[in-house]
Amino acid sequence: MLQDAFRGGRRTWVLLGVWAVLIAVGTVAYARQLTVGLTVTGMSRDVSWGLYIAQFTFLVGIAASAVMVVLPYYLHNYKAFGRMVILGEFLAVSAVLMCMLFIFVDMGQPTRVLNVMLHPRPRSPMFWDSMVLFGYLLLNLVIGSVTIEAERRQTPPPRWVRPLIYLSIPWAVSIHTVTAFLYAGLEARPFWMTAILAPRFLASAFASGPSLLILLALLVRRFGRFDPGREAVQALATIVTYAMVINLFFVLVEVFTALYGAMPHHVEPFAYLFVGLERHAALMPWTWVGTTLTLGCTVLLLVPALRRREGVLALLCGGVIAALWIEKGLSLVVTGFIPSPLGRVTEYAPTAPELAITLGVYAVGGMMLTLLYTLVVNVRRRLQAV
Amino acid sequence: MGESRRDFLKDLGAVAVGAGCALPLLDRAGWLAAQTPGAAAPATQWAMVVDLELCRRADVRDACTEACRREHNVPRIPEPDDRIDWIWTEEYQHVFPDLVHAHTPAEAREAPVLVLCNHCTKPPCVKVCPTGATWKRESDGIVMMDMHRCIGCRYCMAACPYGSRSFNWRDPRPYVERGADGRPASDYPTRTKGVVEKCTFCAERVRTGRPPACVEAVQAIPGAERALTFGDVSDPDSAVSRILRDERTMARLVTLGTGPNVYYLESPPQRGEDAGEGA
Repeated sequence: MLQDAFRGGRRTWVLLGVWAVLIAVGTVAYARQLTVGLTVTGMSRDVSWGLYIAQFTFLVGIAASAVMVVLPYYLHNYKAFGRMVILGEFLAVSAVLMCMLFIFVDMGQPTRVLNVMLHPRPRSPMFWDSMVLFGYLLLNLVIGSVTIEAERRQTPPPRWVRPLIYLSIPWAVSIHTVTAFLYAGLEARPFWMTAILAPRFLASAFASGPSLLILLALLVRRFGRFDPGREAVQALATIVTYAMVINLFFVLVEVFTALYGAMPHHVEPFAYLFVGLERHAALMPWTWVGTTLTLGCTVLLLVPALRRREGVLALLCGGVIAALWIEKGLSLVVTGFIPSPLGRVTEYAPTAPELAITLGVYAVGGMMLTLLYTLVVNVRRRLQAV
Repeated sequence: MGESRRDFLKDLGAVAVGAGCALPLLDRAGWLAAQTPGAAAPATQWAMVVDLELCRRADVRDACTEACRREHNVPRIPEPDDRIDWIWTEEYQHVFPDLVHAHTPAEAREAPVLVLCNHCTKPPCVKVCPTGATWKRESDGIVMMDMHRCIGCRYCMAACPYGSRSFNWRDPRPYVERGADGRPASDYPTRTKGVVEKCTFCAERVRTGRPPACVEAVQAIPGAERALTFGDVSDPDSAVSRILRDERTMARLVTLGTGPNVYYLESPPQRGEDAGEGA
């Protein structure tokens, strides 16, 4: 089966080459970070988490969103997702892989990573997060490869995989919930300490993940000459629409509570995001672009005639991904540290090595996804030819 | 065979689904159990009282911070973003944000205050550490740090509401003060890059019956002996307990429920003004 992953056309090889170059650049930057220390990043005593942990948070959402195709297909027998499910599962595999790598590159002492398992501390949400992420990676890897292998042999998938599929549904919810608990349980950080964080994470995940899946499905149809189905794409578009509306609602609930309540330590992080705090406003342009995209895309997605046109839908999905990346992959983590518990406003901007490492990790995910999708397309095209 | 195996797998699936849903809750349950009142308080709880009035003296503050730097080979890193501090100075308004208001005079707002790890009774940093690299020592309540186990995830820095934890963003050794022979000022092990460190109440000195280095430093300054008082807060006769009983003291951000064990002695009211009011 694995050989199918490497049977791509010229375009596939070019794409793999691009990923390889980015991985090489990222590796060089990481080698520098390893020797010099995390001082090569833009992080500091006050803003002690940055782009790496933010990407981890964003990608946990992408990974969890696989449940949005698995659940309708396996629990509700929604046949239109038949050709989409495997794409969702393999997207989850690549996303979780990137999550784990982002945690890894953020560690000050990466060689001690096994301490999390050698000296487990069940009171730490981070312990649970690493456990559920690892479990989710295994689940999707096993489910995805067993089902596609069965398809290749034109036999029904073995029965033992069924319970694993059912298990993967609550498990998907758990990875993003535990990731939210990582932040929401900290009395030191009022910006994160909100019960709506986990629901917000899930809602934005179910918008950003399916958006990415739509774009990938359209790409696979265009370049892989394999069609995951127009109805499946439209069903995903509906999911994205609902999830965006719910996410917007959750964000407004949060903003109202913080701003109307007007307690300074709740207002200050929002002030930093939208208008700047003590003349520091690095995230202000991002916030306004993100807000405009969120509102614009949500309104346009609500018009059925618009989202039915796949060209427009692709644009809107791009907008949704960009908006939610700004929200989760940038603002959420950094703003939790602003102002610091000692009232200091220290700003954060990623450095060149930090960006190179980040791109390198994304390239690992991209390479994994390219190989897995090539495998799927090859298996499916052979079946269509029969 | 096939039937029973399927039933078994169904059961297994159901159990696994349940377990999957409950994972985050299990953690909460463990935490709640740990919060139960009546959990044994440590036999000894080292604590410190910082005199706010004496904090205003630069010689007192410098004596503390310098003694600490020498005792633990704390590096002196010029870039503020990479700073390592075990005991240092912050403004009153940032240490006690709930105690200043719109009409607090600037002089009081900006008064310098010595801050250090609070060795909390319920330390948030210990709660979040995924490896147990930081823990609350049962024997004496000191929040300890194992720099050999720390993976450098910095979760404790996000969790500490007092900003008391420093991460080694770079190799600290070139920034450690050294004598003429090139050796660090003290035998205390220097750290590597990529680990978190903080005040340990001089656990290595306390073990041998000596006070923390900062306390010893102020005791050598005439008139500033009371700047820092160290003792066992669970012993009602200790110097710390006596101050806490007899004088007006406070601690940082007590509403968070972390239970800081570093206390601050308020300056006594101006006698003359009191007399004027009463007359």
